Amino acid sequence: MENVYMDHAAATPVNREVVDAMLPYFDREFANPSTVYEMGSRVRQVVEEQRAKVASLIGASPEGIIFTSSGAEANNLAIKGVAFAKQKKGNHIIVSAIEHHSVLNSARFLERMGFEASFLPVDEYGLVSPGRLMEAIRPETVLVSIMHANNEIGTIEPIYELSLVCREKGVMFHTDAVATVGNIPVKVDDLGVDLLSLSGVSMGAPKGIGALYFRERTRLMPLIHGGIQESGRRAGTENVPAIVGLGKASVLAAERLGSSEDSLRIQEMRNALVSGVQEHIEHSKYTGHPEKRLPGHASFCFEAIEGESLIFMLSQGGIYANTGSACASKALKTSPVLVAIGIPTAMAQGSIVFTMNNTNRSEEVEYVLEKLRQAVGKLRSFSPIWKEKQAA
Amino acid sequence: MKFVKNQESDETLDLVCRMCPMHLMEPGEKLRCLKKGQVLEILTDYDGALEDIPEWCKKCGQEFLGIEEDEDCYKLYIRKRK
Repeated sequence: MENVYMDHAAATPVNREVVDAMLPYFDREFANPSTVYEMGSRVRQVVEEQRAKVASLIGASPEGIIFTSSGAEANNLAIKGVAFAKQKKGNHIIVSAIEHHSVLNSARFLERMGFEASFLPVDEYGLVSPGRLMEAIRPETVLVSIMHANNEIGTIEPIYELSLVCREKGVMFHTDAVATVGNIPVKVDDLGVDLLSLSGVSMGAPKGIGALYFRERTRLMPLIHGGIQESGRRAGTENVPAIVGLGKASVLAAERLGSSEDSLRIQEMRNALVSGVQEHIEHSKYTGHPEKRLPGHASFCFEAIEGESLIFMLSQGGIYANTGSACASKALKTSPVLVAIGIPTAMAQGSIVFTMNNTNRSEEVEYVLEKLRQAVGKLRSFSPIWKEKQAA
Repeated sequence: MKFVKNQESDETLDLVCRMCPMHLMEPGEKLRCLKKGQVLEILTDYDGALEDIPEWCKKCGQEFLGIEEDEDCYKLYIRKRK
C-alpha cells in the first residue's frame, strides 16, 4: 500500500481547485489591494469576496471577519486584543487547561502583563463543565476562551451551554474552532460565541492563512500596528493568494458538509479503527469522549511504549499519524492535555492520534491496524516497563 | 475645542482601539449611510482625532458639533450637511 496519511489535524492537502483559484494572484493579479488604481481595487474586490465566503461558512457577517496569518494569530488577537481593549473593566481571563498553546501562552503572556488568568480543569473526557465555568467567573472577568474541539483527544466541548453562562454573566466568549471549521458544521449563532478562530491548514487551504470572527461592537486592540488593512485591526499587506485559497476552501467545505455521506463514511472508518485497537491491542486506552468527538478523530495511549517511537516506526511503513502534542514530540514532556484528563504519565507517553478525512479509504484502516499491532508489539518487546509488567 | 453634553445621535461609529488614519477613513463611509441633518457619533481613544476630525469636517463640508469626554473614550459628533 502507498502512503497512508492520517494526520489531517496537522495539515491537509490543498485541493487542486483551491490551487487553481490561487494561481492568478501570484502573477497576473499581483497588485496591492490598498492601492487606489483599478488594478489594485480589482484585487480589493476579490479579497472582500473571499471575506464573504469565509463568513458564509460560519454563518457570520463579512464585516466580522479579520484575515490573519494562522489560527494561532487569530487566537492571540482574540485573547490579547479583547483583554487589552477591556483592561479598564477588568483584568481576569479564563481559559481551559486543554487549550492549544496559542491560547495557553497568550494567557500566560497576559499574566506577565499584570492580568490574572484561570485555567479551568476538565473531566476525564476533556469536557469543560458549564457549572464550573459559572463558579470561576468573577466581576473582573473580561473574557472566556474554550476551544470548540480538542485536536489531541477529539472531544467537542459544549460551547453553546458555556456561551449561555458567559452571556448571563456579561462576559465575552471566544472559541478556538481550528479543529472544527471545515470538518463539522459550525455556525457562530448556534454556538453563541462572540469571537471564533479558524485556520486554513485544517480545511484544505494553504498554510499561513487563518481568520478571526468577531461579533459586532467587539472592541479589539490590534496586535500588529501599521496600515489600514483589515479596517485597521490587523496591519500588513494582505496575503491575497492565501486569502483566495481560504475563500475557495470555505466554499468547498460548505458543499462537502452539506452531504452527510462523507461524514458518515469518515465516522465509520474512525469506529473501525477504534474497535480494531480495542479488540486487538491490550493495555490501550481510547482517549477523549466516545461520542462527543470529531468524526475522523481516533486517539489512543498505549502502555509501556513511547508515542514518538511508534510514530517513527509507523512512518517507516508509510503511515503518518501524530503524538498529538508538541510537548510530547519535541520537548519530551508529558502532554498537558493528557495530564489534565488524568492519564498517568507512563500511559501518556504512549500517545498517538489518527485524524482522517474524506481522502482516506477503509482499506487504509485495515492496513493501519495491522501495522499498528505489529509496531506496538515490537516496541513492547524492547520495553523494560512492559517486561516488568509481564513478569508481575 | 468645542464641547457638547448629552448630544443625541442617529448612528454610532466605534473606533476605540483603532489608530490613525482609521478615524479619517471610516466616518466618510458611515456618513454616506445617513440622511442630511442626521448626527453621527464617533467613539475613539485616539487623541489625534480631537484635532483631525474637526479639520476633516471643514474640508468635507460636514458640521462638527463638538466633543464629549466619556469614561474610556472621546465622543465626537458630526451633523451630515451634504
